Amino acid sequence: MCNQSVGLIQRAVEETGISTISITLDENITQRVKPPRVLSVPYRFGYPLGEPNNPELQHAIIAEALSLLEDKTPLPILKKSSV
Amino acid sequence: MVSIFKLDDLYRFFMRAYPVKSYSGTPPNAPLHKELNRCRVALITTAGLHLQKQPPYNDRIIGGDCSYREIPNTIETQVLALGHRSKAFDASGTESDINLVFPLDRFRELENGGKIGSLNDRHFSFMGSITKPKPLIKKTAPEVGQMLKADGVDVAFLTPV
Repeated sequence: MCNQSVGLIQRAVEETGISTISITLDENITQRVKPPRVLSVPYRFGYPLGEPNNPELQHAIIAEALSLLEDKTPLPILKKSSV
Repeated sequence: MVSIFKLDDLYRFFMRAYPVKSYSGTPPNAPLHKELNRCRVALITTAGLHLQKQPPYNDRIIGGDCSYREIPNTIETQVLALGHRSKAFDASGTESDINLVFPLDRFRELENGGKIGSLNDRHFSFMGSITKPKPLIKKTAPEVGQMLKADGVDVAFLTPV
């Protein structure tokens, strides 16, 4: 249910005029909640940033998520990670 | 013994049938109008993080605990407690590196490297496992949004667990 909660919080924060991006571990749920900009990662629950103590991988995922802020595709954006 | 990977698959299967809150149409849209290296950034997670001095989340509330905890930007990430335990995920990764779900150290590195403007003075954590999210939608999520807006935050980065 975490992925539902993230989407709902993301929508509420974006409503206030703040640009938001998130990570999802469950595309199926995220497609239903439809938050504005989401990076879908192929990891198991509990591992949204990939691996513990792997700053390089974590930075790569964050950079890919941040790049969605510049994506001009109509919302909602749900992009599969290529990291 | 069922492996964690099997549990992960079972949970995903179960979630496909779950009555998730669904929206149609275009989501809210607040496009970014400035460069990221001039933006103020806040983190939000649903990992159920809290400081030792803050009350833990209440797992006896039916439908889930929709409250939140404010996480100061100055916190040492190692002292954060993970309040969210679930059979659906393996917490051992987070126990060895909280950045796995709340990447504050990574964002500090981005701030030091000039990739983002600054980190906000506070971040927020919610609890996961919310099956009845009405109080989240109506009250606590908008409250956090308003506080971040008042702080002058430009970008919020959200992570599940």
